[in-house]
Amino acid sequence: MPAKAPPSRDLFDTAQQGEMPPAAELRGTVLPLPLLRVHEHDLAAVRRALESAVSGSSFFSHAPVVLDLSPLEEKMVPDFAALTALLRECRLIPVGVKEPPEAWREGILEAGLAIVEGGHEASPRTPSQTPPPAPSAPVPTPTLVVEQPVRSGQQIYARGGDLILLAAVNAGAEVIADGNIHVYAPLRGRALAGVQGNTSARIFVQTLEAELVAVAGVFRVFDEPGSNPCAGRSACIALRGEQLVIDELGRD
Amino acid sequence: MSKIIVVTSGKGGVGKTTTSASFASGLAMRGHSAVVIDFDVGLRNLDLIMGCERRVVYDFVNVINGEATLRQALIKDKRLDNLSILPASQTRDKEALSKEGVGKVLDELRESFDYIVCDSPAGIERGALMALYYADEALVVTNPEVSSVRDSDRILGILGAKSKRAEEGAEPIREHLLVTRYSPQRVDQGEMLGVEDIRELLGIPLLGVVPESEAVLQASNAGVPVIHDSDSSSGQAYADAVARFLGEEVPMRFLEPEKKGFLKRIFGT
Ligand SMILES: Nc1ncnc2c1ncn2[C@@H]1O[C@H](COP(=O)(O)OP(=O)(O)O)[C@@H](O)[C@H]1O
Ligand SMILES: [Mg+2]
Repeated sequence: MPAKAPPSRDLFDTAQQGEMPPAAELRGTVLPLPLLRVHEHDLAAVRRALESAVSGSSFFSHAPVVLDLSPLEEKMVPDFAALTALLRECRLIPVGVKEPPEAWREGILEAGLAIVEGGHEASPRTPSQTPPPAPSAPVPTPTLVVEQPVRSGQQIYARGGDLILLAAVNAGAEVIADGNIHVYAPLRGRALAGVQGNTSARIFVQTLEAELVAVAGVFRVFDEPGSNPCAGRSACIALRGEQLVIDELGRD
Repeated sequence: MSKIIVVTSGKGGVGKTTTSASFASGLAMRGHSAVVIDFDVGLRNLDLIMGCERRVVYDFVNVINGEATLRQALIKDKRLDNLSILPASQTRDKEALSKEGVGKVLDELRESFDYIVCDSPAGIERGALMALYYADEALVVTNPEVSSVRDSDRILGILGAKSKRAEEGAEPIREHLLVTRYSPQRVDQGEMLGVEDIRELLGIPLLGVVPESEAVLQASNAGVPVIHDSDSSSGQAYADAVARFLGEEVPMRFLEPEKKGFLKRIFGT
């Protein structure tokens, strides 16, 4: 029987405090925050998409999210208060809006949201931040291999490495990895790769029938027929810049 | 060595109790000694389907609590003398089904019966978990609709993770798919999932397909398990499933819409 790692619940925990901290202290951190890309002004449509994405998933429950509203038309200023309320009802905690147009700023700040600039996620660190690793024997990354089907209501998390699934991931199941996810069978549930912010993680799927896929917090919900370009086919899902790209396997 | 069979599904109203009654009867008709236990504490209806509700004096929970012996609580079937029923209690709360208590009763039943059929309640709470915990085999009862398939999938996950066999790392429970309330017409019209789709989604071997049939309701009103109605399609389908379970090769039937009109009159099926 394959080992089943317990699901991560501490993904968004803040950094540890030093000893004897002052009563409050600002610290610079790079925390992986999921980006919620909103494609429609219609709040009812957003709610439907979110409900299917978040319901049944403990993973996004009460997760902080940064809003990417770039697909929306600039002239139609969104109702930020209503949007914030909706997200909270869907058990998400909106913290800010990423690079909004100038005209929206006032409304965003009034709704209690932050304006998030830049934030090109997980930019490569400069050598001064990370000392070069000491030369030593290479440490193999652990890979979790699961041979049984992952069934509705089950969740599997490959902490610190890749996840390989040899049988179906059924609707209502969730597979999660810090690294890549390979599914050599139908993927009908949800797959979230690079959940600690690894933007180069990818998902490889033999038959894509997923409900949701995500890489480093950027996710896509397939809730309507026709919303999945590779439905029923093999696929590779990766981030290109900030876009989640879904390509058929073996095609350029 | 006796076998414990759980009849389970996750979802309610799919035909678990109908199946438990007919399957246990079918095993007894084939000459095996069998007992069927109602795990649906508080909502018992196996005794009604078996037509023995008036003879219920003691129940499963009485036996667990030591208030009655198994001999006192077991009811002999009217029609088959190698079949017994252990009814559920109408009033007790579900917490009465302790793991140790259930285990002790099952161990005692193993001494006198070849097959112990456990009729699971719906859901994934205590009663359902206790019904499947000690199982050697599972009949996963599924209707041809998406929500039922999803619930069966969930139950399969629980069979593979929370049963005694799973906890002890023993050989896994043998899982059998039983599709019930199947209506080939509605499958053809695209209103219901086909049996092949269901099998593919759940990924377990198919034991049988029981068609939707009037005879089931009539049988339960009469308190006679439908397998005794050998003229009915559902009665025949249950007999086939029992035969397959016992290792016989029986082709699947009732997968095509019934032919109406003169062919039916000529061939009389
Ligand atoms: N093959 C069938 N054809 C028609 N009705 C059925 C069939 N199987 C079950 N039913 C009906 O469905 C209802 C639920 O069945 P039951 O066996 O009590 O389900 P469960 O124990 O899963 O809740 C009952 O009214 C029963 O008569
Ligand atoms: Mg029942």
